[in-house]
Amino acid sequence: MAEATTTSSQLSSAVIAEEKRLRSTRYGLLAPGILTIFIIGIMPLSIVLVYSFLKPGDFGGVTWELSFKAYVQLLFEEDIFDETLSFTTDYLEIFWRSVGLGLATTIACLLVGFPTAYFIATQPPARRNAWLFLITIPFWTNLLIRTYAMLLILRDQGMINLSLIKIGAIDRALPLLYTDFAVSLGLVYAYLPFMVLPIFASLEKLDFRLVEAGYDLYATRFKVLKRIIIPLAKPGIAAGCILVLIPSLGAYITPALLGGGKKLMIGNLIELQFGQARNWPFGSAIALVLMVLVMLSLLIYLRSGARKGASAHG
Amino acid sequence: MAEIATGKMDKSIDLKYQPGFSQIAWLCIVVLYAPIAVLVLFSFNQNRSVTVWTEFSFDWYIKAAQNEGIQHAAWVSLEVAFIAMVISTILATMAALVTTRTPPYRGLNVAVTVINQPLMVPEVVTAVATLIFFAIIKQATGVTGIGYLIAAHTAFCIPFAYMPIRARLEDMDLSLEQAAADLYAPPFKVFRRVTLPLMMPGIMAGAMLAFIVSLDDVIITLFVAGPGETTLPLYILGQIRRGVTPEINAVSTLFLGISVILVTLIFLFGTDKNKGKQ
Repeated sequence: MAEATTTSSQLSSAVIAEEKRLRSTRYGLLAPGILTIFIIGIMPLSIVLVYSFLKPGDFGGVTWELSFKAYVQLLFEEDIFDETLSFTTDYLEIFWRSVGLGLATTIACLLVGFPTAYFIATQPPARRNAWLFLITIPFWTNLLIRTYAMLLILRDQGMINLSLIKIGAIDRALPLLYTDFAVSLGLVYAYLPFMVLPIFASLEKLDFRLVEAGYDLYATRFKVLKRIIIPLAKPGIAAGCILVLIPSLGAYITPALLGGGKKLMIGNLIELQFGQARNWPFGSAIALVLMVLVMLSLLIYLRSGARKGASAHG
Repeated sequence: MAEIATGKMDKSIDLKYQPGFSQIAWLCIVVLYAPIAVLVLFSFNQNRSVTVWTEFSFDWYIKAAQNEGIQHAAWVSLEVAFIAMVISTILATMAALVTTRTPPYRGLNVAVTVINQPLMVPEVVTAVATLIFFAIIKQATGVTGIGYLIAAHTAFCIPFAYMPIRARLEDMDLSLEQAAADLYAPPFKVFRRVTLPLMMPGIMAGAMLAFIVSLDDVIITLFVAGPGETTLPLYILGQIRRGVTPEINAVSTLFLGISVILVTLIFLFGTDKNKGKQ
């Protein structure tokens, strides 16, 4: 009897010791990764916020004086001589273009990506893997090189123009490059796999008995697609849209190469402020505007998810 | 009525069929691969043109290999990618062990969110933030060097290394580790002899992803890299801005080749795992 109590108390103290050991290893293992990301990823973001309220230094950097000029500059232009402010749409135009191109890219990716994902999900397993492999490869290959490849094709002396001239459809090269169209096409090309993969993931689990039931109830193919397949794939569609929209909003390489410095997006504007313009506070303010746009998209995404969950339970 | 009849005749195909979807899927593949195919093809063009084919040759590869700028950039890229890969994979493995192998605890979700943070912030914002942060440190300490670039790469590589390792750990059978513990293996021995070998495919996949992501990065490197720290993508970007030459095509093709090999390896690790399960 006495023996039993000692073993049980030993056991409980062993459990407590085990718990302590567990906790210390837990934090010991987790801390380095978390700290690295915190120090290099999260802390600098708050420094960006601080910098956006300072004055620019003469050769880049900042001088430590409180100033709201960076934010005023987003909407107003200061006259060089008498410092009067006048309303300017220069930067609004770039924000507007980024949002517009981002949305256009997302819709185009959805229109191409959904049928592709559905087609892949309905293939026999072996072929499905081959298709997934083909979609995944561009996903992991260098974006700069892929954009350069797009540039080669869209140029005045590129594949498209040369072949159109050859067959006599046009006399002079179409100005394809350095247009909104080129940037949008480049973005679709860059981020299409981001749309296909999550939609595939949700379609893969689709129970085709539901589709069969739809047909049994005399639904047309389109109706089955609209009322059964698409609603069931909604989480994948929402995830795909957010995964395409966020990098499109912050795109740098694609507009830099295919927009040719004429069709700037937010990413290029930021780079410009830290590069040639040497206006770090203004660059920081623009970066924060971009963050706000991204957060808004994420919020809409999360809310759409929450609504869907509620209706599924109801 | 007719439609129902055909539906019964060829049900297995019919149920899943949607008109035009297969054509769109093929179009998708063509769009994804045609530009790359053109780029690769013209890297073997003897002519200076990147659009008019004359003759097959390796001239541009030889030129690229002899170019000192390219050699230097390639070394910088490999050095940064390798060190960032090693550190980020170790950190990600440790973090993955904690987030999957210990009972749920307060702060678990926060930890996972922090690890995935680099995936949620636009790269250009991270780049700006890192640039400012490093500028402050440089001013305060006077220390310069390639360490900053490696640190920045390590941070954004962690989530990419973390994903496959965590996926692997979640799929693994706990009973094997329990069996080892039942046979009086001390915890470290269980980890070294059972857990670690089992999670190795995930670690390898994570390491390769981290390597690719670091090798491919343009934006963060563009902001953070100091003079003499030009990586291969930065070199290519600079050349493209000066005008297109088949030499860039040759370097790009080699670069693509490396990525494709690594992705194929990752894919093989992944499918192996599934086969094992079935």
